[in-house]
Formats: sequence, C-alpha cells, structure tokens
Amino acid sequence: MSQATKQAVESGLPRPEKEIVLNQTGELNLAEALKWGGLGGLAAIFIAAIGMMEAFDERVLIQPVLTLSYAGLGLIPFIFGYLTAKPPPSIEGMPPVKAGLHHLLAAGLTGILAGILLSLFVLLAQAVNLRDIFVNISPRTLDILTFEQETTLALILLIIGGGVLGLLGGLIVIIPEQWRRPVVSALTWTLLVGLLEVLFQPLLRGLNLNFVDNILFSPFGGLKQEGALVVFVVAFAIYTVMERREGIFSQRLAGMSDREKRPYLYAGIVVLVIVLGFLPIVGGVFISEVLDLVGIFLLMGLGLNIVVGYAGLLDLGYVAFFAVGAYVTAVLTSPTSPAWSPELTFWAAIPFVVLAAALAGILVGTPVLRMRGDYLAIVTLGFGEIARLLFQSEWLVPYVGGAQGILSIPNISIGSFEAQTPPQLFYPIAAFVLIAIYVSWALKDSRIGRAWMAMREDEPVAEVMGIDIVQAKLSAFIAGAVLASFGGALFAAKIGSIFPRSFDIIISIQVLVLIIIGGMSSIPGVIAGAFIVIGLPALLREFSEFQFLIYGALLIYMMLQKPEGFFPAKERMRELHGEEMLQDDWLKSREAADQETPAAAPDHNPDTG
Amino acid sequence: MASLTEIVRNRFNTERINWITIVFWAIGIISIVLIAWGSFNSITSGRLTGAQWRDLIVFGLAQGGVYSLIALGYTMVYGVLGFINFAHGEVFMSGAMVGFFAADALNSAGLWNNQPLLSLLIVLMVSMITSTFVAVLLERVAYRRLRNAPRLIPLITSIGASFFLQYTFRGLFGAGINSYPRMAALEGFINIFGLRILRSQALVIVAAVVMLIGLYLFVERTKAGKTLRAVAEDKEIAALMGINVDRAIVLTFAVGGAMAGAGALLYSLVFRQVYFFTGFFPGIKAFTSAVLGGIGNIVGAMTGGLTLGILETLGPSLVLAGFDIPAFTQLKDVVAFLALVLVLILRPTGILGERLSEERG
Amino acid sequence: MVLLEIRQLTKSFGGLMAINKLDFHVVPGEIVSVIGPNGAGKTTFFNLLTGMFRPDDGEIWFDGHNLVGLRPNQILGFGIARTFQNVRLFPNMTVRQNIMVAQHARTKSGLLAAIFRTPAFRKEEETVRQKAEETLAFFGSRLVGYRFDQPAFVLSYANRRRLEIARAMATGARLLLLDEPTAGMNPRETTELTQLIGRLRDEKGYTIVLIEHDMKVVRGVSDRVVVLDYGQKIAEGKYNEIAQNERVLEAYLGRKGAQEYAAA
Repeated sequence: MSQATKQAVESGLPRPEKEIVLNQTGELNLAEALKWGGLGGLAAIFIAAIGMMEAFDERVLIQPVLTLSYAGLGLIPFIFGYLTAKPPPSIEGMPPVKAGLHHLLAAGLTGILAGILLSLFVLLAQAVNLRDIFVNISPRTLDILTFEQETTLALILLIIGGGVLGLLGGLIVIIPEQWRRPVVSALTWTLLVGLLEVLFQPLLRGLNLNFVDNILFSPFGGLKQEGALVVFVVAFAIYTVMERREGIFSQRLAGMSDREKRPYLYAGIVVLVIVLGFLPIVGGVFISEVLDLVGIFLLMGLGLNIVVGYAGLLDLGYVAFFAVGAYVTAVLTSPTSPAWSPELTFWAAIPFVVLAAALAGILVGTPVLRMRGDYLAIVTLGFGEIARLLFQSEWLVPYVGGAQGILSIPNISIGSFEAQTPPQLFYPIAAFVLIAIYVSWALKDSRIGRAWMAMREDEPVAEVMGIDIVQAKLSAFIAGAVLASFGGALFAAKIGSIFPRSFDIIISIQVLVLIIIGGMSSIPGVIAGAFIVIGLPALLREFSEFQFLIYGALLIYMMLQKPEGFFPAKERMRELHGEEMLQDDWLKSREAADQETPAAAPDHNPDTG
Repeated sequence: MASLTEIVRNRFNTERINWITIVFWAIGIISIVLIAWGSFNSITSGRLTGAQWRDLIVFGLAQGGVYSLIALGYTMVYGVLGFINFAHGEVFMSGAMVGFFAADALNSAGLWNNQPLLSLLIVLMVSMITSTFVAVLLERVAYRRLRNAPRLIPLITSIGASFFLQYTFRGLFGAGINSYPRMAALEGFINIFGLRILRSQALVIVAAVVMLIGLYLFVERTKAGKTLRAVAEDKEIAALMGINVDRAIVLTFAVGGAMAGAGALLYSLVFRQVYFFTGFFPGIKAFTSAVLGGIGNIVGAMTGGLTLGILETLGPSLVLAGFDIPAFTQLKDVVAFLALVLVLILRPTGILGERLSEERG
Repeated sequence: MVLLEIRQLTKSFGGLMAINKLDFHVVPGEIVSVIGPNGAGKTTFFNLLTGMFRPDDGEIWFDGHNLVGLRPNQILGFGIARTFQNVRLFPNMTVRQNIMVAQHARTKSGLLAAIFRTPAFRKEEETVRQKAEETLAFFGSRLVGYRFDQPAFVLSYANRRRLEIARAMATGARLLLLDEPTAGMNPRETTELTQLIGRLRDEKGYTIVLIEHDMKVVRGVSDRVVVLDYGQKIAEGKYNEIAQNERVLEAYLGRKGAQEYAAA
C-alpha cells in the first residue's frame, strides 16, 4: 500500500481491494514482480511436467541454437517480465506513468524468481523419482531443463537466463512506441517462420524459389542462423515502413464509401481465386491435406457461426449434423452400404444430404424452441451424444454399420476427373467453402439476418416487434445443419469410410473454439479461426498432442479478456466493449454534427434534440 | 372475419393450440407409452428373476448416490451464479485421480488391506481436499471476473476449463487407465434385511446417504449454510445485509467440490477404473440428476441422482429389452441422455421444482 | 366503431391480482392516456395487450379479431405496436437496422430469397431501407444522416426514446402503445414529444394509448383519460373531469392527502 492509502486506512476508511499507484517513480514494484515471477515459475514447471518440453524439443526453430522447447521456456520470463514492467493503464485526467529503470529491475526480478522456482523443481526432480506419478517428467525433460549441463551450472544458467530474459521483456516496455511494434513483430515473425517451416518450405519449392529456401532454412530442420537474421531484418523493415504509412492508408480506406470500395473488393476476390487455384499444386500433398481438413472445418465453422454467432443459439451437439451429412452420403453412395445401396454419385446424393440435414435441423430445433441459453446448450449436447451412440449401437447395425461403420465410399468425380489425392480434393472442398462464405455473407445482410440479430439482442422484444421466433430459430438450425452436412459429405468422400467414433463431441467443441477464437459472427474471423485452430495442429504434430489443453486455456483467456475473438465483427465489439466505444462514437458524432450543421441554431444539440 | 383457428381457439377457451404445443404433447405421450409397453414386455417375459431385478435396483441406487453427490456441486453453483459449471465433472475426476495415487501408495505400504477403514478415510480426505482445491481454484481464476457477464460467457469458460483440466491431468499423469486396488474387506456380500447386497455397493449407498444428510443439515441448520442460501436467493440483498458475497460463493464452490470428492471415492470403489476422461460422463449424468430434481434445489439434487441411477440400470433392461433391441445394456448412456433431453424439454423445472435467485429468462 | 375493445380482462401473479376485470375501449384516431399510481397495473396491461403475458380471463378484441392466446408477433401483425418503459432497443444494431427489422412482419423474404438475392428480395430490401429512412425523417434531423449507421447505444436518452417510437411506427401498426414516453426527459424535450404525439395522430392517423405520469403531457394531448388503481378502472373521462375526481385523488394522494387537497 502506498503511504496515502495507509494513512487513509488508519483513519478509518475501508481497505481498498485493488490499488492503482499513480506516482510510481522511485518505487520498486515488488509485489508485481513476485506475482508474475511466481506465476511464471509455475507456468514453466507446468509445461515441463505435462511433457510439453519434451514434445516440443523435436522442433528446431533456429538451427542449431533454438528449439521450440527453449523458445517456449524463454518466452515465459520474457512475457511475464513485460507484464511486470508494463505501467498501469493511464487514467483520464492523470498524467500517464512512464516506465523507468525500476520497472526494468522489477522485470528482471520476475525472471529471476521464475528461474529460481524452476531450479527448485529441477533439484526436486533429480532427487526424487517423480516419474511414478508424474509420468511425463522424463529424463529427457530434465536434460532439456538443465541444458544438458551438470546441475550447478544448469541452475545458474536458469536463474541468470530468467533474469536476462525478464529484463529484455521489460525493455520492450521502455522502447519508444514507434520502434516497439517493429521489434516485437519482427521477433514474432522470425519465430513463426522457423516454426512453420513445414508450411513455407514446400511453398517456396513449389514456386521454384529454391534459392530463398536455401538462404533461410537449414537441411537439418529449422532456420539457419543467417536465415533467422534475414527474416528479422526484412520483417523489421516492413513494419517500420508500415508504421509510417499506416495512418495514410486507413484514412483513405475510411474515406471511401462502400460503393467506391467495390472494385477493390472484386479485384481482391479475383486474386484470391487465382491463389486458391494454384495453392494445392504449389503446396504439395501434405499442405493440401492440411488445407482439405481446414476447409471441412471451415464449412462447419461457418455453419455454426450462423447458429451461434448470428442467432445466438449455443449448439453443443453440432457434430450430429456433420454425422448426418456423412452417413447419408455413405449410405447413398457406397456399394457396401448395409440396408440399402442405391450407389448414387456424390453429386446426386447432395440433394438428399440437404434434405436430411434440414430435417435434422428441424428435429433438433423444435424441442429447444422455448429453452434458455444454457439449457439449450446442454440439450443439444445430449442430442449430439445420442446421435453418436445410436450410430454406434448394435441395434442399428443393419442400417448404418454400427461400430464397423460404412466403407468403400467412392470418390467425388466430375465427368472423368476423379478427386482422389488431397490436392485434387481441395477444389471441390474450396468450392463448397466459397459457397458457404457467400451464403453467410448473404444471410447476414438480409431480413432473416436482422431478425436473428434482434432475437440475439432481446428475444421477447424481437417477438413483440413482429418476428416469428419459431421460424427464426428453425431457419438458423436448418442453415447451420445444411452447411455442416456439406462438411460431412465431403469428409465421407474424402476418407472413403466412416466410423461412429469420428463423430465425437470433441468435434463440436473444436468448431466452437474456432469460431470463438477467430471471432463470432465475423466471416474473416471464422476463416482465421479455422486456420489457427485446425491448421496449426495439423501442420505441427507436437501441437496436435496438446491442442485441447491449449484450446481450453485459450477459451478461458479469451472469455476473460477478449470475448469478441481476435478478428471480431463490429457488432460483437460493440456488445462486449460498449462502454469504451461509447465515448469514441460520441466524439465522432460531435465532429460530424459540427461539419453538417455549421450554421445551426445555438441551442440545437443533435444529441439531446 | 374469424378464421378456423380463431374459432377453434375460442371454443377451447383461450387455450393456445399451435403445432408446437402439439409436438410437445406428442413427445410426452409417446415417451410414456413406449416406456409402459417396453416395461410390460420385459416384466412379463420373465427374462430376469426377482433377485436380478433387485440387484439392478441396488446397483442403480449405488450409482445414483454417486451422481447425487456430484450433482450437488452443479446445483449449488447454478443456484448462486446462474450458470452450468461444465468443469465440475473434472473437479470430480481430480479427486478420483489423486485419490488413486493415495490408494496406490497405501496399497504398496500394505495398509490398504490391513487397515481398510483408516485407508478409506485417508483416501477420502485426499480426494475431498483435491476436489475442493480444484473447485475453488476454478472460481478464483476463471469465474470470478465473469460474475456480471452475459450468461453464455461463463458457460463457454467452463467448457474451456473442463478441457484444460482434462488434458492437464492427461499430461501430468498419462493417458493410461488406473485401477484402484481391490479391498478385501469390500469383497463379497452382506446381508441386510435378508437381502444379499455387494459390500462395496452397500457402503456406497450408506456413505452417500450419510453425506447427503450431513450436507442438508449444514445448509439448513448452520449459519454458514444460511449464508449460502441467502446468497443463492438474492446476491444483492445478501450483500446489503452484510454478507460477504465473495466468501459465500467460494464456500459454495468448496462445498460442491468436497461433495464431488466424496463422490469420487465412492465411484472408485464401485467402478475402480479412473483416468483423465472419467469426469465427462458422470459429470453430464450428475447434471441431468440436478435438473431432474430441480436445479438450485439441494434435496432435488439428491432425489434426482437416485432417480437417474435407477433409470440408468433399469431403463435398458426394463424398457429397451422389451422391444427386443439387441445389446441393450450398451444403450444405458442413451437412456441417461434421453432422460436429460426429455426432462429439459418437458419439465425443465424438474420433479421438485427449481430454486433460483433471479429470473434467468 | 371501436378499434380496441377489452372486456373483463383479468391477470394475477401468484396471489397478486394485477389486472382485475378491466373493461377498456379505444376508438380509431383517439388518444387515450392511462394513468394511475405506481403498481396500478398499467405496464402489465400493455404486456397483456401485446401478448407478452396471457390473461387469466377476459377478452381482447382488435378490429374484430380476438387477440387472446395469440403470440406477440401475431398480435403485431394485426396492428398493435408498443414502446417500453425502460427503453428496450436493439442496442448493438444500428439506428437504421432497428427500424428495418421492425418491418419484419410486413415483409416476407426468406432464407432462399436472401441466398439467391432474387429481384423480389432486392426490391423488398430497397423498400424496407427507404421506409426506414422516411420513418426516421419524421423526427427531424435528429435521427438521420450520419446517425443511420450508428449503433443504437450511442444515442442520447431522448433520441433513444424517439427511436423506439420510430420502431413502433415502422411495424405498420395502427395502434401505438407508448409506455411512459416522456419519462426522464427535460421540460423542453417533453413539450416536443407531446407535440410529436399529436402529430402522430394528426399527420399519420395513428390511434394512441399512452401510459404517463406527467400530467402536463396528459392534459396536453389526451382525448380521454382512464385511471387505474390496483388493476381496476376507477375513473374515466376528460382530463378536467378526472382531475377533480375524489377517487382519483385518493388513489394518488391517499385519503388524508385527498381531503387536504380538497380543502385547499
């Protein structure tokens, strides 16, 4: 507590729960350092104990010095040091707090504390065999933590290293504003390029840019040291230039009306289509496989976005619609389909898939029409599980094959062209995705889209304003179901066989996570979410092992900090950060009012009328 | 000009007839008919003897006792904060997992079978403390700041927490299935009122009932319990009356966690196998129990749990078998999910009625 | 010729009788004020009229149709729209969107029309947009121009009330139920709104029932006043008549207060 507060408390005022110390010069913020240092140490121990260190050690970011495990380990004191040094948010009317030397010291302290905690853990792990219980604290993990040196040296390295990294994190706070973003971005890009080598390398080779590949990447995996430097410098340069030009570009963009923006939009779409067209060829088989998976999940994401994002209905059993699409396709197209085997082509089966999905949407939607949000979530979850259990049951084996599933689903073919390999499959998948994107956009800006928005905002009032809630909810379920069923149909044709265990609740959760992280009700957000949540683990095997852990942590973090997602839609930002936007809007409207009515009567105030 | 629907409506005295009401009625009637029909078939077919039916019921009660204990956590949190703590299943799982390590250690030390009572008490303590810790941690880290957020946000957070906990445990302790050691003292049967019941199940039923009664007394008779009820009734007024709402909420989570921890031990005694995913199904079933009995209502959680336990064991053998469905025991989870869905559709307030603070429409 | 006729309307919540055998009617083009002390059941009355609650007993006839048992959106379709005591706009939708969505019941493009962007769909969207802008123009320059695309929550309090009225207008209703439209407004805004209500009837032909506490407004705008207390009608007539009515004074001031007032 600061002096002033101490005096206040002594004179009888209640003890404050939280204190923002405004005049921080000269005071070493020990409490912050302790808090972040402690958390940092715990985080590091946690990562080691669950086996992430060991798994991440396989991935080399910069050959031969930096593996993902060390990068992750190092990021902890770095980030937590930054958090320690970060001054509290400036309060209106008060002078902003400038970060000073003592902030740096505090940051360093954070790092040191984290290092100490980690060292204690290492000592403990070496003294006692924790492996019986904590299965993943392997010798390899300990080796990594001790830098493969003998213990005393290792501990010193940990502690000092922690301190240095903490200091560096604090340094980021001190760097003047205009350099900060380029530095951080350049660092991030360097690490990212090293991490996503499996993505960039095939792309470079596919584009015949082998020389770039040779400059950047090492044949043993990861970036060469020189390559890392190149990436850092290039990124730094680009971001520095962007800082200068940014204001100009966004001003011009804001100045244009929607009509004027249109030619740029069309040009962008054309470029996009061309890029998509060549992507699977350039990228190769592995990348196409990843893209295929991302595409299918993106389809589902767009569908769930309609149900959850537009209409506000939290459907946790969404995988059921995916399953319906897959099973209908399988039954109608596979020659080995148990009860009935019409052996239609994929395209001939699609209308039936749509019909089945619409029916499923109505089936799921009707019972939940009057339910409140959380009950609706659980009931739909129940439906999803019932569906899976039924598909898996012995009882329905004669129709859907039970646990053995349905096999021999034929490939998608257009004329004589058969989509067998991942690059070939990309095109039908991309086609469906583009349709889904268009449908999402079209529905948002329409009568039903507005009805959904109103229903989300205030259901009873929406109803009193003339919206048929039943129709609106069922339409949302149907639209969502149809898009998911497309995903299921593509999935069935792609894999060639389906089993009930593929339709687990975890898929519903994955789709939910991707739209939340990307940004609900924002189409670019959903796209970004699909690439991050599905693409990353597919590209990097070590992530796939820990993906649900990361999802869980991300969901918690995002709900606490950024419920609107990383690429939010405008309405969502308003909804969740309304208070903050209120002032900005008020200011803007005053400016606009001044411009529009310069000769207005003095007491005509557009705000109060 | 009055249309046909208006004429019908007027005849039925302002009763609102539309297709949705018809659908709901149809669902209810069809369900009852199917249940009756299937049961009748099963009973008259004489496939199972009276003793076998009795065994099923006893097993159902044991299972139900476990569900009740876990359900308490769901119902108390919903009553106070108004959202479903999806991660409560993992609170349960954490107690079971850590309890396993204690049991294993006791077994290696030879105490598990030589000192059964002491061992059970130790593992009970370990389990309850772990679960309580996890529950309180959850509240502090994930839920506290979301007290005033729109209802769906804490729900999503709890989903995230659920996964995080599951996979943390998987990471820490591995994906393998851990089996509690056999306890000789619990093997075999015991005779109560002339009925032969498995010892382990008898213990579970008795222990569950004791804990439930204990909790009931705690909530109804003690000052702390009164605080909890006040906060559940109306947070703002309780605060105005001088109650520390934060502490009361922490206590709610703690008590719910402790009960789940107790349930974890009992679960382990009956089912013996635990792993990181053990919390998922019992969690959902416990939530179903809470809703069955009436969410927010503690006695409801107890009744709901026992009811669901019996429904789950009897359902397949009684109803589904009556329709000659092959491998009906496989479908016991379907029965549980169906119960969940039907209750929420047809009678969301549960058997004994809800008890919530504010209107959560 | 009666537009709205209510007979023996009754509604109780638990043990509390909110509306007690209420008879009420409105003639087309009339402006009727409903007044009464707090808790008299006025807002419940509106909730029953719009279908948000179901009456326990009684009849509601609007333009020859029986509204009891209908869902709120159906009642809206017959031509009754309302505003709320504590302004319930769609806060994150823009001003224009709030008015466009109110026209939902008068339009019919569905999922498929939206997806395929049929000519009918596009024409309807254009019509809806136009009508929204026209409706908003009724309120002068306050809700037009750059305001169209602002989210509703940035509006000032008075503008939000106006927007709510605009929204009710846009539904194509014939009867507007305004629930305390001037609550929280300063005198100048109140006067302006009073004039606006008059204009709504004179220029646009609406029939209006309003709940009000501000007697200046009631006096200024009503053709007839109905007084409720404990869910029952205790007086009805022109403003001057009911202002002297003993029972009305008693309801507002209590028996002693009414006596003092009469004596003064």
